[in-house]
Amino acid sequence: MTAKTNDAPLLDVADLVVDYRRGRHTFRALKGVSMTIGTGECVGLVGESGSGKSTLGKAILGLADVTSGTIRFDGQDITHLKGAARRSLAADLQVVFQDPYGSLDPTMTVGQILAEPLTASGVGKAAARATVVEMLDHVRLPADTVTRYPSEFSGGQRQRIAIARALVRRPRLIVCDEPVSALDLTTQAAVIDLFIDIQRETGVSYLFVSHDLGVVRRICHRVSVMYQGECVETGPNERVTRDPEHPYTRRLLLASPVADPARQAERRRSRLGLRSPSGPPVP
Amino acid sequence: MTDPSYPAPGGGAPAQQRLWSRFLRRPLGVTALAVFLLIVLAGLFAPLLAPYDPNLVDFSLTQAPPSAEHLMGGDSAGRDIFSRLLYGARTTVYGAAVACLVGVLLGVPAGVAAGYFGGLTDRICSSISDGVQSVPGMIVLLIVAAGTGADFTVLMMTVGAFMAPGYYRISRSRALAVRKEPYVDAARVAGLTHTRVLHAHMVRAVQAPVVIQSALTAGVAMGMQTGLQFLGIGTASTPDWGQMMNDGFRTMGTHPLILLWPSAALGLTIAALAFMGSTLADLISVRTEPVSRRRKRAVAPDVEVVPATGRLEHPVEDSALRIENLRVTYRTPHGDKQVVRGVCLDVSPGEVLGIVGESGSGKSQTVFSALDLLPAEGHTSADGIWIGGEPVGDLPRAKRHALLGTRVGYVPQEPMSNLDPCYTIGHQLTEPLRSVHRLTRTQAGERARSILRRVGIDDPDRVLASYPHQVSGGMAQRVLIAGAVAGKPQLLVADEPTTALDVTVQAEVLELLRELQEEYGMALVIVTHNFGVVADICDRVAVMRHGRVVETGAVEEIFAKPADPYTAELIRASLDDTESRDDLDAAWNKAGRTVRT
Repeated sequence: MTAKTNDAPLLDVADLVVDYRRGRHTFRALKGVSMTIGTGECVGLVGESGSGKSTLGKAILGLADVTSGTIRFDGQDITHLKGAARRSLAADLQVVFQDPYGSLDPTMTVGQILAEPLTASGVGKAAARATVVEMLDHVRLPADTVTRYPSEFSGGQRQRIAIARALVRRPRLIVCDEPVSALDLTTQAAVIDLFIDIQRETGVSYLFVSHDLGVVRRICHRVSVMYQGECVETGPNERVTRDPEHPYTRRLLLASPVADPARQAERRRSRLGLRSPSGPPVP
Repeated sequence: MTDPSYPAPGGGAPAQQRLWSRFLRRPLGVTALAVFLLIVLAGLFAPLLAPYDPNLVDFSLTQAPPSAEHLMGGDSAGRDIFSRLLYGARTTVYGAAVACLVGVLLGVPAGVAAGYFGGLTDRICSSISDGVQSVPGMIVLLIVAAGTGADFTVLMMTVGAFMAPGYYRISRSRALAVRKEPYVDAARVAGLTHTRVLHAHMVRAVQAPVVIQSALTAGVAMGMQTGLQFLGIGTASTPDWGQMMNDGFRTMGTHPLILLWPSAALGLTIAALAFMGSTLADLISVRTEPVSRRRKRAVAPDVEVVPATGRLEHPVEDSALRIENLRVTYRTPHGDKQVVRGVCLDVSPGEVLGIVGESGSGKSQTVFSALDLLPAEGHTSADGIWIGGEPVGDLPRAKRHALLGTRVGYVPQEPMSNLDPCYTIGHQLTEPLRSVHRLTRTQAGERARSILRRVGIDDPDRVLASYPHQVSGGMAQRVLIAGAVAGKPQLLVADEPTTALDVTVQAEVLELLRELQEEYGMALVIVTHNFGVVADICDRVAVMRHGRVVETGAVEEIFAKPADPYTAELIRASLDDTESRDDLDAAWNKAGRTVRT
């Protein structure tokens, strides 16, 4: 048994359109995207810059305004939730951002950062402290971390702190926006394994946004590939990351160099074969 | 699970020192603070400290010179100047405090709200702020003085209102910057109300700049206040410095001391505030402390010397770049830190050398020092550096830099930040061609066009006329590569040239580098953290860790049989061959544990 979708998906995004306005210009970042995430499932969102993958995460979190389409969380329409209703969703829906430096307020101690979501929801100080220590343990950081400042930690450790902050309210879905792409390779591997362990321990679902097919292959059950605001391919991890159907996904796969000279030479030849005679290929 | 970067307690920089304790270690700041506190205390305890009633008239004291009983002598009405000065400090400090308080109360909340919410709030607040600034302050102050019977507190509140735009602007710009930080988004997702976000994160962010602004504002307010009093606006019963100056001004020719005392007091107070402000500003903008002069003079870096690492493959005369036993040391207030600890490497013409390692391995520092591009705090020592078979290690800086663009090309990591946004790409490409290669404007333009075509840009004229922000990151990197190879260098050094790019663009850029390298027969040194890039383009590779070369060898050998366990770990950490989540879950289930759904 693998963790696959139950009957009703936890998150159901249907035909989502998001426009960004800059003065008189409108840029359509998402052009009707649909996806689902089941309980305990990790769904990957792969694409390059400008593909709209981060915008989708932001729209789900309520950080980007939705033009049309719906987002349902556990059956509830959360597309245009604002104010108190949106804030009450914080118990179930959390985020881990890419930048391990910008995502923690440098003027607060780790303890204050982790307790903030709890005290904001009315949890008492003592209870909050206990939860914070428990979550630090979840992310394999020592309890004395609470009295220290983010600047004292490395990128990987900061990302663990950011994960702990996402976990303190015991959410059901965490949107992970490129959470490992700013980390060193060996740190990256450790943080990915941490994400998997936490999912097994808590049953949380992930929407895992990444540009790296290798990362997505290791952590996700299903993968959606985004290109210029559209979802061009969705399928089980094994198929999408090994034997993609859509030409763009194939191009993406062949473009990421593999750490093996012989196989990379072969991959490069196939990639050059895909290249149209004049300039870069169109998918 | 092992995270090599963990744990770091105790190591590295000492625990973050609070601003306060760092402030106390600046002599200038401490002196200024002490002087200012002394003035505040003098004003506060004036009734206790003043030897005489400041308004007591003693005709024998009229314009008297300083004496044992009257330290600063008497003014033209026969009052004790020292006592009046103490009481005047009281008025001055009180007035400045009122002005700052009003300025903060009006400016900071409006600025934070405008920066945080943006849109209409921002437009309304900014218009009001601009409006206030365009009102002639002195005239309004005179009107207010006339209307309120020269009520001092009301006057200073008006001064404060005119100071509010200053507070408004710094709060708004800080809030605008912090608004874009992911931690504010994270706080909103965590369910914090706007009020709470403003309170918890914004107020913290604006605190320090507001304190600095207050030091400056207080000085300006004191100046305006004294000016008003000098003009005779204010209550005659309470002594103040402006009145005293006015008195001194009238007898300046005969009794200059009467003017000197209040002027000196005002000057000293404002100077103390200004120095406190600038010391604080210094501490906040520059996080590291300057190295003391004593440390700067130290000649030999006092760090342990470890044997050189790495292997040299080619004789000196056949190498395009050769580095022997390179050490790079950074001077910090906490001692010297050696970031490159004895590195040897070389590359021959037509060869591609990869320098691979994680952040902090010293890979970029190695190439920077080879090109003499280290920042001023960096100190290089080496047994020798050769470029094109010639020793360059001892050449003066100007001659080293003359090699760049002619014999050595350099491709940086961040294409966008390495192009000046103020100039067109055409200008930035042709300028070095004209100054270094002495080409005419037409020749340089022609050369730039052909080289852009060579790097795969089909419409060079459009790109040449564009500003950097008008082209994509991949295009910008092509432009920088074009610039680097325009002088037909023998050696091209690329520092993480594709890290900031999408993978499909990365593949194209690597392809381009390979083509150019083969076409020109250049030696290419490519710094990267990505073993995929190494496998794609490199002939040889040097693996670095903690400032040392752990392993050097031909790419095929390194991948097939890594000699060092760290190399093996890095290759394993490249995830393109990783087990998929399905494999991992299957193994997990097989081990008798179930996956929660």
